[in-house]
Amino acid sequence: MKNTLLDMYRKDGTKKVLASLISIFAGLVLGSIIAVIVGLTGNPQSFSTQSIFDGIRLIFGGLFSTGRGAQGQLTFGFNPSNWGNMFFRAVPIMMTGLSVAVAFKTGLFNIGTPGQFLMGTMGTLYVALSIPTTVVPAWLVWLLAFLAGTLLGAIWGAIPGLLKATRGVNEVLACIMTNWIAGNLVYMFFKANTQLQCPPETGKTGYIMVTAENGVATSKMGLDKLLPGSQVNGGIIIAIVIAIGVYVLMNKTTLGYQLKACGANRHAARYAGIKDKRNIVLSMAIAGALAASGASLYFLSGNAEFAWTKIYQSLPEEGFNGIPVALLATNHPIGVIFSSIFMSMLNINGQMLQNLTSYNKHLSDIIIAAIVYLSSFSLLIKMLLSKKKKEKAAPAPEPAKEEAKAAQAEETAAPEETAGDSADAEEG
Amino acid sequence: MAYLLQNTLTYTIPLMIVALAGIYAERSGIINLALEGIMIMGAFIGVLVVFSFQKSGAFDQDGAMALMLLALVIAAVAGAVFSLLLAFAAIHLKADQTIGGTALNLLAPALALFLIKIVCNQSTLGMYTGNAASWFMLKKSDFGITGEMNLLQEVFLHKIYPTTYICIVLYVVLSIVLYKTKFGLRLRACGENPQAADSLGINVYKMRYTGVLISGALSGIGGFVYALTTANCASTANVAGFGFLALAVMIFGNWKPLSTAGAALMFGLCQCIAAGYGSIDINGDGKFALSVLAKKLGDSGLDAGAVFRLLPFVVTLVVLAFTSKNSRAPKAEGIPYDKGSR
Repeated sequence: MKNTLLDMYRKDGTKKVLASLISIFAGLVLGSIIAVIVGLTGNPQSFSTQSIFDGIRLIFGGLFSTGRGAQGQLTFGFNPSNWGNMFFRAVPIMMTGLSVAVAFKTGLFNIGTPGQFLMGTMGTLYVALSIPTTVVPAWLVWLLAFLAGTLLGAIWGAIPGLLKATRGVNEVLACIMTNWIAGNLVYMFFKANTQLQCPPETGKTGYIMVTAENGVATSKMGLDKLLPGSQVNGGIIIAIVIAIGVYVLMNKTTLGYQLKACGANRHAARYAGIKDKRNIVLSMAIAGALAASGASLYFLSGNAEFAWTKIYQSLPEEGFNGIPVALLATNHPIGVIFSSIFMSMLNINGQMLQNLTSYNKHLSDIIIAAIVYLSSFSLLIKMLLSKKKKEKAAPAPEPAKEEAKAAQAEETAAPEETAGDSADAEEG
Repeated sequence: MAYLLQNTLTYTIPLMIVALAGIYAERSGIINLALEGIMIMGAFIGVLVVFSFQKSGAFDQDGAMALMLLALVIAAVAGAVFSLLLAFAAIHLKADQTIGGTALNLLAPALALFLIKIVCNQSTLGMYTGNAASWFMLKKSDFGITGEMNLLQEVFLHKIYPTTYICIVLYVVLSIVLYKTKFGLRLRACGENPQAADSLGINVYKMRYTGVLISGALSGIGGFVYALTTANCASTANVAGFGFLALAVMIFGNWKPLSTAGAALMFGLCQCIAAGYGSIDINGDGKFALSVLAKKLGDSGLDAGAVFRLLPFVVTLVVLAFTSKNSRAPKAEGIPYDKGSR
């Protein structure tokens, strides 16, 4: 039994998951530390020892919060509305996460997800609101809107890809430029198309109409009965299916292999007869399409409003949040499903924190950012760890007194581990 | 004309100083994508300093200049400290610099918004009393000018924030440092060929830390200057993409200070036109030529503000496409320094 566990531990995948878990835990602890510091130094009218304790409990388990009880204490349990909203909010970041992950697998850093997301928003909302459902059946409009958004995203993603393939432009820089171009373009588009904006008499200035106004909305697929009181819909199922599709594409098809080969070594891939330029453009187009389809699924939910007036100065956070999702999942498409749901859980926790305590929801954004920061070198820490153990396995030169004691204690604690690692060293 | 120049200058100064921040980091071999995030931190901390000292009554309006200088210095320190996160990950842990920078870009607005809400229970942190113009702006009377002014005086000596002078001086001094001193030469060497630099006894780690720290301090200053001059000394944890625009300025300027200053001026002009095309009177004949152009654009479904805002990015993209084959970017940027790979 112990041996199988060790075998599992020695697997690269397990180590990757462990590294991600360490990042997550460290991020949550950092969030708690910030909560404690703010609680101790903040306004004593809004923070007490009890509220610090409440805050930390919500940081970790806000998903299970059911509000406050009669005595004002926090109550926990199954909260279907929280669960449903978690799945609802996981959809866009799952798709942008997939987008970043696919690009990473092919050796590209797609930081252009916000722009692609915006292009998807534009295409989807325009088609979904412009084709009258009295003429064309609603499901067809839904499909057309989804395809329009995805296609626009693919084109938008292909631009940095093209520049990279043909002109050697760094895709990170090109993506940053296309992001801000997209922000201004989409702003311009919605400003010109006044018929898409919420009419002033609704009092919702600065918003685009929801697609339900035209009778277009993703089917709930019974999920609303399972998780009543939430915004959940079939989008989450579609997103998971797409994620599995991406997994198959990347790992089980020739195209996926070619894309990954280009990412591993472009020149070697070309030598092997793979069209490297075409594949770079293609992988960016796929990434763009994925990010944009996140926007399509999100806004086709029927009740998601799009605030368009400020997008030229602050890009949608769903786009950037694809980066932590992909990093946490170590760029594995199936992992993205879980990491996006986890990220969205953090989001719900933040919301509960804002509703129930004097802290606010931005604490969860801090935690997410900390996780990204940690995961930027988590793989490295993983490598460092294995390296250290290898050194230990080799005959060590005489260490100082205390170090020797510590090393002895460690060795007695985990003899198998050392043995396993010497095997590792032999393999390497 | 004076109005146009003055407003162009307002947008140019933060762009220029932050682009120089980018130059310092990249010339030492570290890609600093976190310029935007550090700007946000600098803006937030600077405004927080102004807010808290005004609240505590430590400075009244007579001490406004001292308060502003203090805020500027603390914003610079905050930027440097914040950029240490990037430096530590990129230099010591050899992490992916783009991801590290992105993390800081996510962290800064989150942290700033979180603290703004804690401090003042709303989403904007402004000055405690008064406004930026009445406290920190220099008028012509401060220079002893009465009566008519010529164009130069009108642009540089009237209704101007002293931060403009500070930034210009800093820019000139630091550009000279980068090109004419031993330290500058060593810093640039670390961005071009760190192995060779190391073999000559230069401590690459130390140089890169210095580069990133200077970069952070300058971005912090740039962030505070942005908040002070364009946002009435208020912080909403958003600098409207100026950090990324500065990145574009730096690329456009070919990583060289003089051409970067030129690029900043051009991009600043675009920003200025985007912000106020309806009220700019170029040749002083009382006609708003740009608003006529804007109306023509508007008739064809284009928003003039957005057009001028996206123009710099398009131009940069085109420039990148045509120059990347023989780009002057530092050769070793983005590559963690590994002593073993000589």
